[in-house]
Amino acid sequence: MPGSVFPDLLSGKRRGRVLSDQGREVIPGIIEAKDLKKTFGSTIAVDGIAFSVQVGEVFGFLGPNGAGKTTTMKMIACVSPKNSGTLTVLGMDPDTAPAAIKARLGIVPQETNLDPDFTCFGNLYTYARYFDIPEKAAAEKAEELLRFVQLEEKRDVAIEKLSGGMKRRLILARALVNNPDILILDEPTIGLDPQARHLIWEKLRALQASGNTIVLTTHYLDEAARLCDRLVIMDNGRILVEGTPADLVREHAGHEIVEVENSTAVVSCLQELHVDYEVAGDMIQVATESSRDIARILLDRCSPGKVITRPATLEDVFLKLTGRKLRE
Amino acid sequence: MPNILSIPLITWRAWKVWHRNLTVFTRTWKVNFFPPLVEALLYLFAIGMGIGSYVREIEGIPYVTFIAPAILTIAVMNSAFFECTYGSYVRMYYQKSFDAMIATPLSIEDVIAGELLWGATRSLIYVLIMLPVLALFGVISLPLALLAIPLAFIGGLMFAGIAMCFTSVTPSIDTLNYPAFLFITPMALFSGTFFPLTLMPAALQYMALTLLPLTHLVAMMRMFTLATISPVILLHLVWIVVVTIICCIAAINLMRRRLIV
Repeated sequence: MPGSVFPDLLSGKRRGRVLSDQGREVIPGIIEAKDLKKTFGSTIAVDGIAFSVQVGEVFGFLGPNGAGKTTTMKMIACVSPKNSGTLTVLGMDPDTAPAAIKARLGIVPQETNLDPDFTCFGNLYTYARYFDIPEKAAAEKAEELLRFVQLEEKRDVAIEKLSGGMKRRLILARALVNNPDILILDEPTIGLDPQARHLIWEKLRALQASGNTIVLTTHYLDEAARLCDRLVIMDNGRILVEGTPADLVREHAGHEIVEVENSTAVVSCLQELHVDYEVAGDMIQVATESSRDIARILLDRCSPGKVITRPATLEDVFLKLTGRKLRE
Repeated sequence: MPNILSIPLITWRAWKVWHRNLTVFTRTWKVNFFPPLVEALLYLFAIGMGIGSYVREIEGIPYVTFIAPAILTIAVMNSAFFECTYGSYVRMYYQKSFDAMIATPLSIEDVIAGELLWGATRSLIYVLIMLPVLALFGVISLPLALLAIPLAFIGGLMFAGIAMCFTSVTPSIDTLNYPAFLFITPMALFSGTFFPLTLMPAALQYMALTLLPLTHLVAMMRMFTLATISPVILLHLVWIVVVTIICCIAAINLMRRRLIV
């Protein structure tokens, strides 16, 4: 536990220990939400969700467009007030202590909102000044973070001259100017090439290793599986499931998937054999504990076209729970 | 939903937003210092010397001296108004700068207050640059005309507040043209700027005095540059202060309503 990095936080956690009804010790999370609700007019964006993020973990919010992920991030970041329920961040209420909470958060928004009137260095320096960091310390921090995200060579370059990947890296650096206790990332690698994504992942893992708590939303399920200690899958403003990526895959998608080309012969054959299957476009998917057995039966008795076996992934869980219908 | 006139909580952090804008402004100072110089000279030559050679005197005052305070106040109005309409709108909507700022300990109230203070500061800078030009032409009475400097800040804050109210409700940057052309341009002409209010029909005079903020600013400015202060100045000052307070508070609440959902 790299707890020494945040001594005040951990002592706060110890003080705050309470016992649940069963007498079991309940450790309050660094972010706690209960029955959290947010509406925009008649649209319910977040519909009474509850979650608890623990110190030092990477916690993911997954879900299709419009699931309520970004709205949840905005409520945690104290920029969008909740309608009802409770939310505490770092033990404080976003409604009453937004400045104190925001002083200890690092935000990577979905939209690139770097300041085009400044250079890379200027962006970090100016942002650090918003956190009341003294001039000299702000300049040092800006230089240090440019090194961290490997943008030293772009120090004096205007924002508009940066590639998409560089901008995202600079935004990540900007979110770190105040040494945040919690890093909140909304789609951190959206639109990036694989090289840039891997670099961001590497930096996030380094941050976690040094004790940061990280909350992120993503559409990339491989990203979630790679990075998240725990995650929730949301849809229509509600949390459908919560768990570690491995547990969720095991519980909801089985161990392995057999994919076979869709044909009426194969469908009727599977029905005869009483095998559960799912149609996904021109392929039929069968979740199983043993792909070899299913594949053998298919090949022996159903005269299928192409047959593929592969391990189950978070994507299977996601599509199973949220359906295949296109959103927005 | 807070009332449009409820007192917003503003912290000293507003100055950080002001400082950000000042930094950008001073970095491009060559571009920014040139227009006020040119504008002062253009008005002095085209209207002061040009029209002035026919008009000669208004109310016993040389025409160019009569319009000198108008040149200053129109600059005060334009610099604050355009900064807090088009300038603020670009930062808010296109650059998403406000979103980035409120992710820090800055609140939206701090951000808007900082923008308003900056709009007023721009007016002040404009007047600072124009005053020596006018002094050089001998059309202002020093040292009393130096009071134009603090007045520029107060007047600038008033027009910044008015501008920000428009910015808070405008559906797009194009619709900001309406207040610019239907409110600001007529005001520059009919507020006792280039001819005395008394030349207009009585009804229009009253309308100008009740509805056009520039009227009061020009009247005050003229007292300073001509060194003819009368007790009426207090009425003008009260009018300006009240409108400034109301507009700035409304602007902050309206922007909060627009941006915090």
